[in-house]
Amino acid sequence: MTGPEPIDRDDLHAYVDGRLALEAQLRVEGRLAQHPEDAAAVHAYRLQNSELRETFAPVLDEPLPPNLQAAIAAGTATRPKPAPSFRFGPARLSWAAASVMLLLAGGAGGWLLHGWSGTPGGNGGSFAEQALGAHRVFVSEVRHPVEVGAEQEAHLVAWLSKRLGTKLRAPELAAAGFELVGGRLLAEGARPAAQMMYEDAGGRRLTVYLRAIEGAEQTAFRFVEEAGVSAFYWIDEDYAYALVAPLEREPLLRIAHQIYRDLERQ
Amino acid sequence: MDETRRLIVDQIPHLRRYARALLGDPDAADDLVQDSLTRAMDRLHLWRPGTNMRAWLFSILHNQHVNAARRRARRPDRVGLEPAHDGLHAAPPEQDAGPGLRDLGRALDQLSEDQRQAVLLVGLEGLAYTEAAEVLDVPLGTVMSRLNRGRQRLRELMGADAAPAIRRVK
Repeated sequence: MTGPEPIDRDDLHAYVDGRLALEAQLRVEGRLAQHPEDAAAVHAYRLQNSELRETFAPVLDEPLPPNLQAAIAAGTATRPKPAPSFRFGPARLSWAAASVMLLLAGGAGGWLLHGWSGTPGGNGGSFAEQALGAHRVFVSEVRHPVEVGAEQEAHLVAWLSKRLGTKLRAPELAAAGFELVGGRLLAEGARPAAQMMYEDAGGRRLTVYLRAIEGAEQTAFRFVEEAGVSAFYWIDEDYAYALVAPLEREPLLRIAHQIYRDLERQ
Repeated sequence: MDETRRLIVDQIPHLRRYARALLGDPDAADDLVQDSLTRAMDRLHLWRPGTNMRAWLFSILHNQHVNAARRRARRPDRVGLEPAHDGLHAAPPEQDAGPGLRDLGRALDQLSEDQRQAVLLVGLEGLAYTEAAEVLDVPLGTVMSRLNRGRQRLRELMGADAAPAIRRVK
């Protein structure tokens, strides 16, 4: 008997760890349905990751023991400032820069929400948190949920495109039952970010949040849920996107795919 | 220098967490981190600004850990090839981490050292596979196979709740 095409072992782990580019991720997802044993392994490995992080999370919040602080302080006090060395040349440097971006963009699960801060190693306001925050603030607005309404879609799109430095388009989400309400310009730190709001017949509001992100690698969709609001966020072609709505993971993922495909077509 | 120092300080909680999960014993873990930080400060002139501080520090910690294990293995009063890991996860009951740590810790104890490192660097610390390969100084394929075996083993050890439904009768 010839079974369905098997899933590559490394792809399975990369899927678990959120390391696959979107196309590969979708391919694995498609095959998981035909490979229940692999699907069970994915479930188990994801559980391992979250249990590991949960179990050891308290260590991150412990105050640093004095001897560890001293180890750093002693070093800075006695070491002369070293001259920066660029002997390895540009190839080596760019490899290193790439791996920094990988680590910024990488990882699966909650605590890596702190990534995508735009500064290597920085833990500042994260992209997904910004998107969730902006969602909460503006979906509850009755009178002024958006700055520019959907009736002026062309103007809205031209304006946000200009400010974000790209050619935007408002994704078409009618198939999922959501109509464009409008959009607004926001500030994420000193950077411009755009939020587009949609609403369905039941009055549920969904927001798409995006901003430019320099030099980042494309990432898979990542999921986060916070107090009844879920988000998928990803990086594609120098832009970071977040889709936020009070929806379950699966329907939200379908909309995320739709937005992704819509943006691809541009 | 201040910027470099800040990059190091940012990583200390992560180094501690990894060492804690790797060794089990909090004191041994902090000793390892302290040795690693001292080593890093000594070799700071070798770090190039703009490169990956996290991978650099974790590499140093890994090497310190391997060296310490080797030293202990040479000591005549000790036997065993993996003396760095004495099943300490299960030891101190006063640790306030609850039953989760004991179960998971016990399971981690039963992985080989190589598997435990791969599982923790990727699953706990969120390192990219290429970063883990750099830290452990092994090829990418080796990281992937250690990760695979470690996760499989951990799954067996963690039992039914980690592997629901599908269990073939042999």
